[in-house]
Amino acid sequence: MSTTVATETAQTHAGAHTEDTGLWSWVTTVDHKRIGIMYFLTSFFFFFVGGLEAMLIRIQLMRPENAFISAETYNQMFTMHGTTMVFLVAMPMAVAFFNYIVPLQIGARDVAFPRLNALSYWIFLFGGLFINSSFLFGAAPNTSWVGYANLTSLQFEPGRNVEFWIIGLSILGISSILGGVNFITTIINLRAPGMKLMRMPLFSWMTLVTSFLLITAIPVIAVALILLAFDRFFGANFYEVTAGGDPILWQHLFWLFGHPEVYILILPSFGIISDVIPTFSKKPLFGYPVVVYAGILIGFIGWGVWSHHMFTVGLGPIADSFFVASTMIIAIPTGIKIFNWLATMWGGAIRFPTPMLFAVGVVAVFTVGGLSGIMHASAPIDLQQHDSYFVVAHFHYVLVGGALMGLFSGLYYWFPKVTGRLMSETLGKWHFWTTMIGFNLTFFPMHFAGLFGMPRRTWTYQAELNLETWNQLSTVGAFIFGFSSLLLFWNLFRSLKKGEAVDPNPWKSGTLEWSIPSPPHHYNFPVLPEVRSREPLWDDAERAEVEAQTLMEPEQEPVMPSPSFWPMVVAFGITLTWALIMTGIWWAPLAGLAFTAYGIFSWAFQPAFR
Amino acid sequence: MKNGKLLRWMKRAGVLLTVAMLSACGEEYLQSTIDPVTDFGEVSHNLYVQVFWWTMIILAVVWALMAYILIRFREKPGQDRPKQIHGHMGLEIAWTIAPAIIVVAIVIPTIQGVFETQRPPDEDALVVEVTGKRYWWNFHFPEQGVTTANELHLPVGRPISLRLESGDVIHSFWVPQLGGKRDVNPVVAVPEGEEPKRNWMHFTIKEEGVFWGQCAEFCGEAHSLMGIRVVAESEEEFQAWLTDWHTPAPTANAPEPVGGQADTERPAGEPGAEAQTAVNQAVAEDPLVARGREVFFRETTCVLCHAIQGTAAPGIIGPNLTRMGSRSTIAAGMLENTPENLALWIKDPLSVKPGSEMPGAQYGAAIAGVQYPATNLNDEQIQALAAYLSSMR
Repeated sequence: MSTTVATETAQTHAGAHTEDTGLWSWVTTVDHKRIGIMYFLTSFFFFFVGGLEAMLIRIQLMRPENAFISAETYNQMFTMHGTTMVFLVAMPMAVAFFNYIVPLQIGARDVAFPRLNALSYWIFLFGGLFINSSFLFGAAPNTSWVGYANLTSLQFEPGRNVEFWIIGLSILGISSILGGVNFITTIINLRAPGMKLMRMPLFSWMTLVTSFLLITAIPVIAVALILLAFDRFFGANFYEVTAGGDPILWQHLFWLFGHPEVYILILPSFGIISDVIPTFSKKPLFGYPVVVYAGILIGFIGWGVWSHHMFTVGLGPIADSFFVASTMIIAIPTGIKIFNWLATMWGGAIRFPTPMLFAVGVVAVFTVGGLSGIMHASAPIDLQQHDSYFVVAHFHYVLVGGALMGLFSGLYYWFPKVTGRLMSETLGKWHFWTTMIGFNLTFFPMHFAGLFGMPRRTWTYQAELNLETWNQLSTVGAFIFGFSSLLLFWNLFRSLKKGEAVDPNPWKSGTLEWSIPSPPHHYNFPVLPEVRSREPLWDDAERAEVEAQTLMEPEQEPVMPSPSFWPMVVAFGITLTWALIMTGIWWAPLAGLAFTAYGIFSWAFQPAFR
Repeated sequence: MKNGKLLRWMKRAGVLLTVAMLSACGEEYLQSTIDPVTDFGEVSHNLYVQVFWWTMIILAVVWALMAYILIRFREKPGQDRPKQIHGHMGLEIAWTIAPAIIVVAIVIPTIQGVFETQRPPDEDALVVEVTGKRYWWNFHFPEQGVTTANELHLPVGRPISLRLESGDVIHSFWVPQLGGKRDVNPVVAVPEGEEPKRNWMHFTIKEEGVFWGQCAEFCGEAHSLMGIRVVAESEEEFQAWLTDWHTPAPTANAPEPVGGQADTERPAGEPGAEAQTAVNQAVAEDPLVARGREVFFRETTCVLCHAIQGTAAPGIIGPNLTRMGSRSTIAAGMLENTPENLALWIKDPLSVKPGSEMPGAQYGAAIAGVQYPATNLNDEQIQALAAYLSSMR
């Protein structure tokens, strides 16, 4: 199963292999690039689903005491908006880049476990469809993306809504853990000769850190969800107060996952802009080791700050003080990154094509989110700001301004590598400016709505509270932001065919992925190149050496693992097993399990190479 | 282009800030977090102001630096590859230590504030037991034996200690001008002999006024409709309010000759004089109010859930209705307290508050697993009920 294909002595095979292009070839693909594209398209689809939910929320809040949608529908909308944007958009869109870019950056022919990679994707797709299928039953999750116990108990939410959420997230968690394992193994083991860890591009570094966070944080929420499932399906009492259970346990478990999760969302973006900013400044990243260590440090400290989400819970002054201090400390490595990005640009020759605009936008806007974070890291201030729109403003500045815009930067940056064509610069600039204006107009007024007493997760607000103006500004902003996303869609769509065709390294970047043809061959590298520095393409001598290896047409193509549909079958079995739990029939999941076992068995006996 | 971009940023920030400042000054925000009226609120607010300026300084430095870089170092036509600089140890140390110093400057007063806002309660504090329920608030003064709902009267100038407890899911008590919020957790069952854990909030109110608040932890369908009013008044007014509560409203019970409630508590007084008052009342009483009282006690099941001090109504499931007519709002701050709104609420509570556990005229409700039937009240009965409840001022 561990089809490690990128070993130095690549097996070769007589007769050139031509790439299949039919639908079946996509369904059975184990190529990291195709899986990356599928990850992107799926998450991009869910981006519009989550965006639509956001628009409904904003229309509802446009006027006080509005009833555009009912309270119950509203609660489903904000729950699914949060769940979708975190688990079905920001995470998998980052994974799309992990998939496509990391093997190219480190000089590998594929990820360490190509079929496992396909399995991750299919589980993600089925899990995403499963949780959204709840809409068909009128039972979409409605207890917010944090799903605080004991609101999620059978007593208070007897419907199926919570169960769709528990099971959907459990399925998605499997996908994330498998992905994490795969990328850690890939980055540790499959680097090209000379690609030392401290020569890796920052994006690959942040992928490594994020992957460690994935395999450590996701199991924590899995535990929380399984306890909740036991409470609901089997009458256990983990969160049940009358039996001595404690709903606060959920909050600890959830945020013990939830805060590393924040860094799972933001670190890939930090990685992207750490590659983009040097490219468009024509200077190497300033303080490379410091930026790497800061990222690792953020990953570590990120585990020790979870209770800053719980300052109002009543944990006592000692615990609160500890989490105040640990949270403030994490501001230091974050600040270091920002200063290093600025120093990278200092003295450079800065160009501003769209990827750079978004990268610079991230630095500017993320800083706002980071600073409002410092405000509510101060526990007594947080007593006011917690669960208010101020916090909604804060985390959208971090997750949209920081994470999503970073992914947009990566999208414009690597699109020519994926397609061989540039995205339209004109449309790109329109997209950037409408995003900046729409985003800031949506979320900046929310600071004020929060300061003036608007709680979050609120279906409506009373006219006397005078919050209408702030909410109207946000709604107008949301429409502009929504429009900007349509521009992005159009730009992607038209650039596939009409984008300007370019050579392998249109941005004159320094890293390895730009040394191979665009789009790359399915085997990426005819022979594994040898690198001697962090920016092999910026040194003329090294560049010539590398390109002699990466651009050669081999007489015999390297043999790549053969396609398989068993990953999809197994993913379906896993989803089915979880879904059948909802029937309440004790043996029903066993049927799903048998199906999964059959899939795994067949997978194991299908040869990796044809 | 770079210049244009910078200008647009600055313009946008400037316009937003101006709009913000103007409207922040011109408008009245009933739930403002930056206009505290208690010692507790001031601790949070003083810290907020301090940290606000720190963050503004940092933001100004980062943005100014960035603006300078983006203008100064943009690529010039025909420019050579710039000097390749890989880092600078001194700078790295500098921008590690500088933020660290700021962090320490924020953490020290913060931790002081943490301990100040969670100090032990004053011995002589006025204790109020606050119970959050889906979707209303119960306020009980254990020492005064007073129970009321949604509208909390408190004296100014006296330490107050709220003991917070949930009757169902987690809520959060947030009246921004009184200070920050505190979660209202269900009390976890503990082994015998151990003290169950409850959250407390302590503060002394410095100004009279009516302060708005609401539940701040998502608690279900009508979470957004779970308002709080705090009426902060002088000690005399507060004492008068307590006395009023203990004294049944004149219309609470039927006048004696008409055959009122045998088991009602009446304030001590001259038997003769009392009978005389009752007769006078009977003469003066609005027939609609009398009719409403009959509906309340005899024709439907209000008393299963609701209590009125000094009458035969003992229910504890729903809000206590003593002196209902004197409250400013109904349905936890959602409707102005008028007979028309009361009638609407009694007839069709779900139209006001989806998810409410109050049975309506046409539909029942399940409360803690027990099914309560529809009240089946007609409009005449509802009008009368509203008149009765409004009369108890």
